[in-house]
Amino acid sequence: MALELRNQAVNVNEIVSNHGTERHHLMNIVRDAQDAFGCVSGDTAKAIADAMGIHMVEVEGVVSYYHFLTRKPSGKVTIYLSKGAAPSINGVRELTSVLEEVTGSKFRKSGADDAVGLEWTSCIGMSDQEPAALVDGVVITNIDADKAGSLVAHLVNGGDPKEFSTETGDGKNSSDRIHAMVNNNIRKKGEIIFGDRIVGDAIRKLVAMEPSAVLDEVKNSNLRGRGGAGFPCGLKWDFCLKNEAANRYIVCNADEGEPGTFKDRVLLTEQPELVFEGMAVAGYVLNAEEGIMYLRAEYEYLYEYLLNVLNKMREANLLGCNIAGMDGFNFDIKIQLGAGAYVCGEETALLESTEGKRGEPRDRPPFPVSNGYMGEPTAINNVETLSAAARIIEKGADWFKSFGTEKSAGTKVLSVSGDVERPGVYEVPFGITLAELLREAGGENAKAMTVGGPSGKIVSSADFGRRIAFEDMATGGSMVVFGPDSDILQIANDYMEFFIEESCGRCTPCRVGTTLLTRHLEKIRAGRGTKSDINYMINLGKVITGMSRCGLGLTASNPVLSTIENFSELYDGLLTGEEFVPIHDMDLAVRIGREIANFN
Amino acid sequence: MKEEITITIDGVEIKTKTGEFILRAALNAGIYIPHLCFHPDLPPHGSCRVCTVKVNGRHMASCTTPAEDGMVITSDDAELLDLRKAVIEMLFVEGNHFCMFCEMSGKCELQAVAYRLGILVPRYPNLFPQREVDASHPDVMLDHNRCILCGRCVRASDEKDGKHVFELMERGAKTRLGVDAENNLGETNLSIDDKALDVCPVGALLIKDTAYRIPIGERQYDKTPVGSQHKGNK
Repeated sequence: MALELRNQAVNVNEIVSNHGTERHHLMNIVRDAQDAFGCVSGDTAKAIADAMGIHMVEVEGVVSYYHFLTRKPSGKVTIYLSKGAAPSINGVRELTSVLEEVTGSKFRKSGADDAVGLEWTSCIGMSDQEPAALVDGVVITNIDADKAGSLVAHLVNGGDPKEFSTETGDGKNSSDRIHAMVNNNIRKKGEIIFGDRIVGDAIRKLVAMEPSAVLDEVKNSNLRGRGGAGFPCGLKWDFCLKNEAANRYIVCNADEGEPGTFKDRVLLTEQPELVFEGMAVAGYVLNAEEGIMYLRAEYEYLYEYLLNVLNKMREANLLGCNIAGMDGFNFDIKIQLGAGAYVCGEETALLESTEGKRGEPRDRPPFPVSNGYMGEPTAINNVETLSAAARIIEKGADWFKSFGTEKSAGTKVLSVSGDVERPGVYEVPFGITLAELLREAGGENAKAMTVGGPSGKIVSSADFGRRIAFEDMATGGSMVVFGPDSDILQIANDYMEFFIEESCGRCTPCRVGTTLLTRHLEKIRAGRGTKSDINYMINLGKVITGMSRCGLGLTASNPVLSTIENFSELYDGLLTGEEFVPIHDMDLAVRIGREIANFN
Repeated sequence: MKEEITITIDGVEIKTKTGEFILRAALNAGIYIPHLCFHPDLPPHGSCRVCTVKVNGRHMASCTTPAEDGMVITSDDAELLDLRKAVIEMLFVEGNHFCMFCEMSGKCELQAVAYRLGILVPRYPNLFPQREVDASHPDVMLDHNRCILCGRCVRASDEKDGKHVFELMERGAKTRLGVDAENNLGETNLSIDDKALDVCPVGALLIKDTAYRIPIGERQYDKTPVGSQHKGNK
């Protein structure tokens, strides 16, 4: 839609009054303003601040924090092209020049006058169908030069991105309310998450049990958090329960932002009722009446669909008041959309964002189980964890424990992408080796893979005998596979760039250290590194890991540290024999200076 | 409500109250733990990480970690000293800090903590970022080159002055101090007696026409190192 038209349709006061003037509505307000005006300009920020009775700088602090909120429009419509390891493997670099050519715009330099602006964005959860992009929330997948050309032509002619293609993906992606060209790519269904079930079974079983029995069942199942950290789910709920409070909240973390992960996308598409039932299970145990799903902005295309699922569940008395005929079991769910920030997958940053603030992680303690959303005790669980909890109530802890290993009960849904024949989602029992997974996915030639995305580890084939399990390699499930020709240090470099952009910037070691580490990696890749640079990077990594404020900083050095550990020969091959080479390249600086001065 | 508890810092037992932040408890007991973003009159921020200590072996920022009875805390050891120095050196290379011609030399907390910890030169290369000086305000100069993003002015302006003139903007390596106006500081209602100006640990917020009233060499930290009223760390 043309910008001018959008401007006329709404004004700021209307947007604010649609939501309310309390501070925690700010996220929804600035999101709506961005949709209406194509940006949140200084004037808009001022008007929002005035209408809410807050300061303009508070609004701008939030707007400037999130990737999809902008103070200036970059084009009348903007293509956000996904970058990262999987896009690179699938040819995004070539696509970049094609897009710049057909649009006449430049990445990172698009302005309001461009008909179609171009921006990069971190992984949008489509690693199994890259190159992919977002245009006004619409997902465009498997983009080749032809598709890029027709997309741009469509947009230049004022076409609605939604109407660009009639192509729809498999499963419910073709349903009216999603209607996206996204494919599920479910390559392997397990019994737990993708097993056959009847909607409502978990809730019907639930109301026949005492809340304490439900908690015991979850505890007995040994269910651990599926986001990667693996905290025991029952224990988390127990902690939350022990905090006396009038209100408790259940939050579902649907902000999977780890590059290379997309399993929650598929779960939310095919099994949303299971996820919501899992939230209701938690609500029942914790006597909470309100659940919030924090849905990453990249998955906005699922928003209407999920709202409709919630409505149907209310109609079926699976949510709302006196659920499943049980007096006093009241629980309902709302969905909070994000606006583009990886760190909001960190649970306390997610809470800040849900409260309409900059998504900076909080200090802990206190933990969310005592001081969570709006200061109330809050249980935050991953999409997959909640789904598993619902299944445990349906089928019992013993059934759940019959899958997986002794210390890692159940299955894990893995997102597999990169150099494999069959990229997609695999639900496998814990304990599977990397080699077995590669065989299933058709990636036997791999020379390396990422276990757990940039925040995880890049491992070589020497580690392919290792197992996906909490006792060996714990992971949120982002598995990116790299074939024999991959440039591993280029991948590490890309991952570091990701952290530089996605760090919240609050604490020194993460904000500064990621840049310093990347500069040294670049120095080595340019063939100017020495042995001392390796030690320098190891020590710098220790500072970032040991001094950072949250999990992002804790893991941000992993791309460098894990490649030093697992691919030392790649580094050794690039080092000069010299004792010391300064990081500042004087020859290069002089050359650039001479060029600028036209002095050749 | 708040019971008296005992915690141990570097082998010294001190009394404090439940929930008191470790750094405050230490300072009250006369033990210096190096810190920068913390200011005694403001709520803690936990961002610079200089005050990191080991609590039962885990690294925690002492300014934001509540004390619990029986906690055993290590603050003064070689590993922590090196990590703290590293973080301070990061702050130096991240901005453009030229002590030799900075008005704050001798009363700058960044410089003072660096001296106290024995930093001679940063181990990291300078990033030399391009940053701006905002001299639009009649009484105040905002020099982003020297800002260490500690958030003290943000908290003071909000909580003490009731104005919210400042806020951190952007994110990641691009994080910067923003002001409550369309363009610059001159459009805000910041005034010369605001607490926000008082708490800046470096020379990012300077009051105009007051420079060099106290000659270099005769300033606070020229005479005694920062934290010298407390015992404790080197």
